[in-house]
Amino acid sequence: MKADLLPLSLVSEALASGTVPADALLEAFLARIRALDGRLHAFLRLTENEAWAAAKASVQRRANGKALGPLDGVPIALKDIFCMEGVETCCGSRILRGYHPPYDATVVRKLRQAGAVIVGKTNMDEFAMGSSTENSAFGPTANPWDLTRSPGGSSGGSAAAVAARLVPGAFGTDTGGSIRQPAALVGCVGLKPTYGRVSRFGVIAFASSLDQVGPFAQDVKGVAHLLGAVAGHDPNDQTSSERPVPDYASALDKGVRGLRIGVPPEYFGEGLAPEVEKAVRAGIESLRAQGCEVRETPLPNSPHAIATYYIVATAEASSNLARYDGVRYGHRAKASQLLEMYEKTRAEGFGAEVKRRIMLGTYALSAGYYDAYYLRAQKVRALIRRDFDQAFASVDAVISPTSPTTAFRLGEKMDDPLAMYLNDVYTVPVNLAGLPGISLPCGFDSKGLPIGLQLIGRPFDEETLLRIARAAEPAEQRLPPILEGR
Amino acid sequence: MPVPDFEPVIGLEVHAQLLTRTKIFCGCSTRFGAPPNTQVCMVCLGLPGALPALNRAAVEMAIKAGKAFGCRIAERSVWARKNYFYPDLPKGYQISQYELPICSGGAVPVPGLGSIPLERIHLEEDAGKNVHTATGSEVDLNRSGVPLIEIVGKPALRSAEGASEYLKSLRLCLIYLGINDGNLEEGSFRCDANVSVRRKGESKLGTRVELKNINSFRFVRQAIDFEIARQVELIESGGKVVQETRLFDNEKGVTRSMRSKEEANDYRYFPDPDLPPLRVSKEWMEGISTPKLPHEIADALAAAGVSQADARSIVSDPRLVEVHRKVGGDPKRAALFVVGELGRAVNEKEADLSALKFDPALVQEVWKLQDAGAISSTAAREVLAELIRTGEAPQKIVERKGLAQVSDQGALEAVVDAVIARNPAEVEKYRGGKVNLLGFFVGQAMKDLKGKGNPGALNALFKKKLGP
Repeated sequence: MKADLLPLSLVSEALASGTVPADALLEAFLARIRALDGRLHAFLRLTENEAWAAAKASVQRRANGKALGPLDGVPIALKDIFCMEGVETCCGSRILRGYHPPYDATVVRKLRQAGAVIVGKTNMDEFAMGSSTENSAFGPTANPWDLTRSPGGSSGGSAAAVAARLVPGAFGTDTGGSIRQPAALVGCVGLKPTYGRVSRFGVIAFASSLDQVGPFAQDVKGVAHLLGAVAGHDPNDQTSSERPVPDYASALDKGVRGLRIGVPPEYFGEGLAPEVEKAVRAGIESLRAQGCEVRETPLPNSPHAIATYYIVATAEASSNLARYDGVRYGHRAKASQLLEMYEKTRAEGFGAEVKRRIMLGTYALSAGYYDAYYLRAQKVRALIRRDFDQAFASVDAVISPTSPTTAFRLGEKMDDPLAMYLNDVYTVPVNLAGLPGISLPCGFDSKGLPIGLQLIGRPFDEETLLRIARAAEPAEQRLPPILEGR
Repeated sequence: MPVPDFEPVIGLEVHAQLLTRTKIFCGCSTRFGAPPNTQVCMVCLGLPGALPALNRAAVEMAIKAGKAFGCRIAERSVWARKNYFYPDLPKGYQISQYELPICSGGAVPVPGLGSIPLERIHLEEDAGKNVHTATGSEVDLNRSGVPLIEIVGKPALRSAEGASEYLKSLRLCLIYLGINDGNLEEGSFRCDANVSVRRKGESKLGTRVELKNINSFRFVRQAIDFEIARQVELIESGGKVVQETRLFDNEKGVTRSMRSKEEANDYRYFPDPDLPPLRVSKEWMEGISTPKLPHEIADALAAAGVSQADARSIVSDPRLVEVHRKVGGDPKRAALFVVGELGRAVNEKEADLSALKFDPALVQEVWKLQDAGAISSTAAREVLAELIRTGEAPQKIVERKGLAQVSDQGALEAVVDAVIARNPAEVEKYRGGKVNLLGFFVGQAMKDLKGKGNPGALNALFKKKLGP
């Protein structure tokens, strides 16, 4: 197989062995982006100049025997939520059009230090609010498996880019499933690390207590490489953990014999597509066959997660998005009075879903409603977390579907926000509990659309999670039709 | 202003900027007066993606205040967001503390009023400043993120005068703690007042009005007095006080409605998810020392013999306390120097307390010269004044100015004999009983000695020579 079709860990090996130089690799990926992205719209903008400089520097390092590690020379795409100095960063929103941050996100800095080649910024739902990438102010992204369908969201651009082999790896953010759900819908691996594992500094905030940065790749080992490069404490993010970062890739192949996997019945109920359930159950059986002990693990408060999430996340968002007021940067509406300027700027700058969530969150925090909504939601959140704590007393990971269905059609759920929210019914509890979760491919439905399964781990135990994911990932990679000229 | 039948109830909220080198959540300088928007970064500009990182020095200063005023220091306090829109507030919210502040309880000592109890002290960040020009409004964010403590007093004050005394004492305490510069004009010490009135004997509090924009002690008194009178008049004419925020107009000396309760912001406070709860360990808290507060120093001075008035004058400025300490020796005598010679020199701009030209320990040398009779008390004052002005060694000043006093017995005797010989008539009168002529003889001798004779020695000599 050509190097530019290989999963990330093998691309990394090809670079290390000298089979393919970083500049040739970059050219191959850029050529594919030029060929396919007109139909996919995974990228909002390319950073070709930076990418070429990085690729050439990588070639030089390899020539000098000073390669930086597994990401040296690997092309990477970033969701348009990461601030990059001097590169327009809009977070999928009209209100930030023309905004060029004066600084790099910590993740960006770390990727550069690891020698990664950043090729561009990917499409997303505005301010990461959505599950289809249709809430982007710059038009939707298509699913490489069926261009009439959504790649999921909010990190749909990054997921689609990886699935279509426009890049071997990409980063997104996950507040309620925004990495795992699109990974499932496009058939790649997507990891949401433990809250606090990766710095959020320079990552435009949606809901600060839930947001977490994470990688996409076609393979679990690739995801392990990407996580290793960005994980760790950052003094600029006081919610980032000081725990040491293990070598994630080294423990992957220890096998899963003796590990205990919990199956929560609440995640296999109403609304779950039978084909998805069947594929996930087959995945569970494969783990059992490899020596895992499988047992039922109740998570009784998880059914309250969506309601809880849409209070906590919107409350934080209503505050996080207050800064987009037209005073200092981004869009400013013409007006003669201050209040008028605020109102018009935000009316013109934000899309419908963002406005809906700002209003929901503002309401949930208002005097007289705080106790009934925000405070109660925090209590339920604690219960959801406690369920997981109790589960992890007897299992090493929890397994479930990632999303109740395979990819839905573009436009299908745009008029029904609640139906859209229910896409995240299995992913949201993980954010509320602050746990690591990973989605990996586990087969296809009868339409040929990818199905994803989710593994949920103990806090900061990404190692075990990746180890189980490695055992569960499919041996063979099927290419989406867009790559086969269909 | 005495108001018969009514009792005013006043509580003050003070915002004090902490004297940290850098801002509370980023590394930008807190220096006042820099060109607009030159001390800013992604954090204090509220750029997308920026996150706060707590400055521990600000926490230590808050703890210092809490310890000094006897507050309970919370082992765990919580950062909260106070949400509202204003151009000088870059994030659209202010990071503050709400339900769980770092300090609660405690009291501020106010001379003459006892202790005024506190509700709480919490940490927060300052906002920027809107600057209104002829062509429009501009925003300066240099101040955005400067650490503040808000010191919330209980409604325990009963007069405008008391409120002003409380503020003065609080300000002085913060200066002593080294955590605030007490500059009302530059806005590093700001005050809002909650004022209500009630009929005497009534235990229920009246409807309160919040007064803003009172940036001097005089304005505090004026604003509160105006407000008390306004509320009393309103009630007596059958009206009702409405809960509102009023702005003090210091040119007209009146308060004006700014916004009513209905128009008040709903700040939608909630815990800030970007900052973990603030933990203060016992070790951290105990490691933070608090210096003596002014009233404690004043008490100690008084106990050492310094008059109450002098003690109060000295503690009114920690630099004076420092000079007093360095002068050493008899505390009372040192106090007289500090309040007297030094105070006079400062008033006449001959000395700058922030840049003294002399070593206070030299004052004792002047005293030694005076006590040994080498200089007169008048000369001593002159030497001290010159010492303050120039810092020159006292002995040198005495020599340069020719202030040495003649105490040599032989030299004095010669002059005394000459005076007696010159004034036979007066000698006769003295011996005849007019003993108050002694002053005349001493004066004559002083004249001969050009004022440098030791008056005590001259007195004794004349008495001996003219004596019975």
